[in-house]
Amino acid sequence: MTVYIGCGAGFAGDRFDAAAAIIAELSGRDAPKYLMFECLAERTLASAQLEKLKDPSRGYSPFLDQYFSRHLGPAMSAGVKIVSNLGAANPIAGAHRVRKLAAEQGLRQPIVAVVMGDDLTETLNEDEIRALPLMDGQEVIDRTMRAANVYLGAEPVAEAVATGADVVLVGRTTDSALALGPQIHEFGWSDLDRLAAGTIAGHLLECGAQVTGAYFADPGKKDVPDLAHVGFPIAEVAGDGGFVITKPKGTGGLVNRATVTEQLLYEMHDPAAYLVPDATCDITNLMLAEDGDNRILVTGVKGHAPPERLKATVSVDFGWMAEAEISYAGIGALARTQLAGEIVETRMRDAGVTEKIAFDVIGGGATFGRGEKQMLNDPGDGDYRLRLSIISDDKATAQLLNDELYHLYCSGPSAGGGIRNALIPQMATASVMVPRDLITPRIEVIE
Amino acid sequence: MRPLHDIAHGRAGDKGDTSNISVVAYREEYWPKIKAEVTAEKVETLFSRFGPVKVRRYELPQLHALNFVIDNALGGGVNASLAIDRHGKTLSSFLLAEFQVSD
Repeated sequence: MTVYIGCGAGFAGDRFDAAAAIIAELSGRDAPKYLMFECLAERTLASAQLEKLKDPSRGYSPFLDQYFSRHLGPAMSAGVKIVSNLGAANPIAGAHRVRKLAAEQGLRQPIVAVVMGDDLTETLNEDEIRALPLMDGQEVIDRTMRAANVYLGAEPVAEAVATGADVVLVGRTTDSALALGPQIHEFGWSDLDRLAAGTIAGHLLECGAQVTGAYFADPGKKDVPDLAHVGFPIAEVAGDGGFVITKPKGTGGLVNRATVTEQLLYEMHDPAAYLVPDATCDITNLMLAEDGDNRILVTGVKGHAPPERLKATVSVDFGWMAEAEISYAGIGALARTQLAGEIVETRMRDAGVTEKIAFDVIGGGATFGRGEKQMLNDPGDGDYRLRLSIISDDKATAQLLNDELYHLYCSGPSAGGGIRNALIPQMATASVMVPRDLITPRIEVIE
Repeated sequence: MRPLHDIAHGRAGDKGDTSNISVVAYREEYWPKIKAEVTAEKVETLFSRFGPVKVRRYELPQLHALNFVIDNALGGGVNASLAIDRHGKTLSSFLLAEFQVSD
């Protein structure tokens, strides 16, 4: 038996239409077939948590409508089951929203299975969460907590799939669990090598087109056909733990050893110990082989015992970030850009602001910089953009940076233009380790 | 000397204040040079402009790839960074452009 798993989105805000080609490709296959949408950043989850507190019928991902309104009908017709973390902070409310969208479109009412139990604040209060062993984020853990969620593994996802639901909605699980859950259900896997292989399949799928030629193109060195219509990935999984990464026919992009290798190592640290709740994955003997046009066969993943504790992410308030920009071009542009920044800096210090101000000159190496103006090493004439940024707990202090840069229009150096600015609330995160016995995932079926 | 970009490609990812950057040989014949010359020590020196970084190097010979894990590379990480590129997603281009290998 082969199990097909496509990925229709690799982050919150990924292409809304990409899943259509996957559903069309899989529709004729007489085999279990799944479509995952991975759409849950820390920030999305924390703001969803705030929404849920304000209104118990909200708190699912703000992107849920975008994906489900387009793809739920075709997926149900094709017998493709959807597995997604678009449930965010409130997958139950998300399930009701999915059913409402189905009703609005005149579809059969989908059965939605929901995975819960990732919300650590259901079990522990803030002080108890702060007392857990810290992995990172010492400097922010004492701030006002907005969300604390454990990364659940694939077992509860598999249980939710086993209910026969058309749609599985989760909050926080590992991203790869969206793919491993269906594999555990279909193959009945329990041995660590296969759980690790299924995790790596999920790891390759979870960033969408990053494995099929996107985030890869470097014209002249790495040419990728038709990125405007890049095909999102499909894994064809065999029961032995080997799998093929491919993409729908007639789509852009490409799948080869190079695209798969880049994504394999993306956000990976020790290749002998990639940790998820289900296994410790070891890719040091992983092999890639060409298996036809745009097809790469992956084998040789090893699994070891999973980590003893689970990881949780704690999101806290982190004040406000202001970011303001202005352009200077032509002869002496660099000197005018630097003068503009110094004027704003002087006036911010005059006003008693002590926070660090990032001072970037875009066009002068700023992207590889860290807000330090002395990194400039440019001839001086050309096209430069001053970017100043500050983070402050005080909203008015952050806003002052935007105001002062705006004042440059009439009170700054010669011929500055194109001012843009933004003021954005900041969220910071810390990671803590959670004993497994504190966490009890549970499944609820909405039908 | 020539930039590493001539013979290798790669991708940067982030977790907290740690960046990981893969370096993958375009051809098998480049692999011995990459393995010998792109050392953790030299990468650490290159990235020290970002602060007191600590570099670990992992080898994946069957993929002709190295994986560098660079602690303290992201100015405090997504949390606290004022950098334009908070996630350090452009750092793969930095490494490939700035690191010089022999001809």
